[in-house]
Amino acid sequence: MTAKYALRFGALGYLALLLLLPVGLVFYRTFEHGFHPAWAAVTSPQALHALWLTLIIAAIAVPLNTLFGVVLAIALVRHRFPGRGLLNAVVDLPLALSPVVVGLSLYLLYGTGGWLGGLAGHGIKILFALPGMILATIFVSLPFVVREVVPVLREIGTDQEQAAETLGAAPFTTFRRITLPAIRWAVCYGVVLTTARAIGEFGAVSIVSGRIEGKTETLPLYVQSQFEGFNTTGAFAACVVLALIALATVLAMRMFRPKEGAA
Amino acid sequence: MATSAAVSVSRAGAVLGRAGGGLARGIAIGYLSLIVLVPLSALVWSSRSEGMDTFWQEVTKPQALSALKLTLGVSFLVAAFNALTGTAIAWVLVRDSFPGKGFFNSVIDLPFALPTIVAGLVLLELYGPNSPFGVDVAFQRAGIVLALLFVTLPFVVRAVQPVLLELDREMEEAAESLGARRLAVFRRIVFPNLLPAVLSGVALAFARAVGEFGSVVLISGNIPFKTEVSSVYIAGQIESDNPTGAAAVSVVLLLISLAVLLAIGAFRHWRTRHDR
Repeated sequence: MTAKYALRFGALGYLALLLLLPVGLVFYRTFEHGFHPAWAAVTSPQALHALWLTLIIAAIAVPLNTLFGVVLAIALVRHRFPGRGLLNAVVDLPLALSPVVVGLSLYLLYGTGGWLGGLAGHGIKILFALPGMILATIFVSLPFVVREVVPVLREIGTDQEQAAETLGAAPFTTFRRITLPAIRWAVCYGVVLTTARAIGEFGAVSIVSGRIEGKTETLPLYVQSQFEGFNTTGAFAACVVLALIALATVLAMRMFRPKEGAA
Repeated sequence: MATSAAVSVSRAGAVLGRAGGGLARGIAIGYLSLIVLVPLSALVWSSRSEGMDTFWQEVTKPQALSALKLTLGVSFLVAAFNALTGTAIAWVLVRDSFPGKGFFNSVIDLPFALPTIVAGLVLLELYGPNSPFGVDVAFQRAGIVLALLFVTLPFVVRAVQPVLLELDREMEEAAESLGARRLAVFRRIVFPNLLPAVLSGVALAFARAVGEFGSVVLISGNIPFKTEVSSVYIAGQIESDNPTGAAAVSVVLLLISLAVLLAIGAFRHWRTRHDR
């Protein structure tokens, strides 16, 4: 009996010390001197621009990864072709790869002397600009929708899809009427994870963006620049905004989490 | 007549399906190439553009080697620690019941949802120079370990939880009724069933720890030979305009990531073979 309680309080105490207290303290520190300094910091033009840029990047990267994530999952589960195993491994790679390595890869590809570095000379600016930041965000948040949809596709099998096809449904109709309803919650869960990662990405975007204040600074980059510039109020206030987005994410994850045995 | 019509319709469907399959495959390969494969190829190519000798020189520079050793050391430590705490937390969340369990279960996902730079800042506030507890691990290796423990927390918990939920209690009850002690039951019955899941969680946590940047960059202070991890070293090399050096160390990290993914594939294979 004592072992049970020791384990329970050990585990919960660890979670409290590692996760809850630190996050709680930043909320406390942000509003220590009242609501107004924090509000003023969050609504400064530089902070607002950073927030806006973060949302724009997420608004482009998340739909692309959702759309292509579903297509990738279907290709991986429903079709056999040479190189499928490799494709499967490549999809997982962003989960295991350092974001700094991702950023550097894009930096070398689109930078001066890179294979696609010539694009800048034609007026297509990718590095230190929005397109590069979007590409970096897409890279790091690529696996989430795929990884959520793949097991569901495997589980539902192809019986209903084949039945629909036999009855003369066009492939897209089959997808819309049979496959999509079956995978929609997995897609939603994947979208939540993708959004959280897209909004919070720091390493890859930090290298690709060049961190130009007021131009290519996302909210996570703003947190760092304010903290290093000794504007702790600004850094904490931006942290609280990001933490609130994270809390909303956790709630959404709870809603959409795939349940054992439930469809 | 009707049958042959149905057959020809289904054949048309199959042909269309195959064309759709070709399309899906083409789109999938194209997207992955554009986003992932071409940039990574550029990285590998750049790391070797000045010859293999330069590559080795860059990888074996004392500062680069010291960062790599530190990275691997703290990542092993953090991954091993997660095997223990992650399994214990999963156990408490599945087998124990107490008020607020749903809340704690959701809290596990917080490190996945919270931006890494926020995680770093938040830890620095509680366990840094302004710590209300008087615990200051800023600019020390312990600080790196703390940040890595934060960001890797969910991996083992979330890998073990579903296996523990599905695990048949009858085996344990049978062993207990035959007089096995609780520890023996855990060691002989529960643990072997959890092992593949624990290992894949640990491998993911290790990979994440090796590459982690955002949460470490503020708390570690990035002191060369002391608290500088490889990801921070790479970022530093880019800033001091040595892209070849940055690329060389990045290729090493890329190889580690690939090795970890291969290991996870092997664990998964092992688990499905056990299921059969």
